Amino acid sequence: MKLTSIALFFLIPAFIFTFGSIIGEDHEAVVEYLSKPLPALIVALTLIIGLQHFQSGAQTLIEDYVRGRTYGMALLLVKVVSRLLMVIGLYSIAIIAL
Amino acid sequence: MANADRGNRPLSPHLTIYKPQLTSITSILIRITGNALIVSVFLIVCWLFSAATSPQYFTVIDSFMNSWLGTLVLTASLWAVWYHLLGGLRHLIWDRAIGLDLKTAEYLGWLVVFGSFLLTIITIFILW
Repeated sequence: MKLTSIALFFLIPAFIFTFGSIIGEDHEAVVEYLSKPLPALIVALTLIIGLQHFQSGAQTLIEDYVRGRTYGMALLLVKVVSRLLMVIGLYSIAIIAL
Repeated sequence: MANADRGNRPLSPHLTIYKPQLTSITSILIRITGNALIVSVFLIVCWLFSAATSPQYFTVIDSFMNSWLGTLVLTASLWAVWYHLLGGLRHLIWDRAIGLDLKTAEYLGWLVVFGSFLLTIITIFILW
């Protein structure tokens, strides 16, 4: 948690300005921008580390508040959602950038 | 709550009678913003996936993001991510056992609150 938060401290501002500079642009411009190595790398790293960070954070939330039968289900759901979003996001970046 | 079989575990604050304080509110907001940000991560991943796969699907996602609701969600997320970042930074500072006295802790709390709004406004101003 601490390690990912330190990494995200630097990645998040980079991501905000990467993403913020192309949101609202048309398809062609978005694909062209995300094909560049640096924006692609920033988005990919933010997705990997950000979702890893989310997973441990959401797990702590569940450990604190959820009891009984829903506990295991909630933990599983968090894992599946984090991994799925990470995989789909990275797959998309790979298609755009490669 | 107090007579539950909780072994030797400490008793957590009774939130219903607990007086809200700047330090506790700013702390719980880190948890709320952090978990709520999954909504915009979901949106951004959909947006990326559509950009990678089909221009038609991209138009659908993109027009949602540019709608008033999409703009509201993204702007709220912008504030949330700045808040979460500053709040997290405060915890990293506390981890080094600095600023733990009440006066500094409250000062850092206000800094996180005002800083998050200030950074949000600056970001919007730069990116507009």
